[in-house]
Amino acid sequence: MSLHATHRDAGDVMVVDFSGRITLGEGSALMRKTIRGLLEDQRTKILLNLADVDYIDSSGIGELVSGFTAVKNRSGDLKLLHLTKKVRDLLQITKLFTVFDVYTDEPTALRSFNS
Amino acid sequence: MAPDTKHLEVTLETQVESVNLAEEMCLRVAEAAGFGEDDCYRIGMSVREGVINAFHYGNQERPEKKIYLAVDLTSDKMIIHVLDEGTGFKLSDVPDPLAEENLLSTSGRGIFLMRAFMDEFDVLSGRTGGAEIVMSKKLPAPGSTPANGQGGQSATPQQEA
Repeated sequence: MSLHATHRDAGDVMVVDFSGRITLGEGSALMRKTIRGLLEDQRTKILLNLADVDYIDSSGIGELVSGFTAVKNRSGDLKLLHLTKKVRDLLQITKLFTVFDVYTDEPTALRSFNS
Repeated sequence: MAPDTKHLEVTLETQVESVNLAEEMCLRVAEAAGFGEDDCYRIGMSVREGVINAFHYGNQERPEKKIYLAVDLTSDKMIIHVLDEGTGFKLSDVPDPLAEENLLSTSGRGIFLMRAFMDEFDVLSGRTGGAEIVMSKKLPAPGSTPANGQGGQSATPQQEA
């Protein structure tokens, strides 16, 4: 299953809804293109909704980290919402759960950008 | 090779599609061998990471080089070999992705994931001169519930960060 991405405005936060697999190749490339595109549009508050992402490999993890760093370098924030169990477990064993801000409900996640 | 060992091998092109192909092939073998969903996920992920390693680091994404994937199904475990045509590497030279200074690295987690998800893992010097990843998982005990994984490090840590 390939990766799909749609994004929607939520005030000054851009929410990106991903669905599918974030893996080496098209999945990772789409994630990179999406985040870089938002930064080019001066959108630096980004919430990635991963509710429908059921699989991510090391390439996808690397792309998440790359996006996180790129947004931070623009003084922005990239946060994660609705992790599936597999993605959550992977972020935990790689210790990235301590790096990313992870939320389980969207209103709280959106409010956190302005706190 | 023991007489009851089933052996399967395939030569893969150095291209992204080979990663999915290898994963799918090994998943079919794992399912047929009786592994549960969790273990199939771990085996599939490990094969992905092994072939990604061969594709990117071993063969440097050069299309004239090959990746050799082999699966042995013995009476007690599934053994997977991934061989590339690179120059090889030593496990001791691989940086720890959990070290503070490497946490934000965009690469270098594949070996860690294979070690975490499989029961046995090693990197040998292959017949091609490249690296040969050898990893295995014990077959589920007869009559065990196939839904949960058996053996290997749990993908879920004991304590949430």
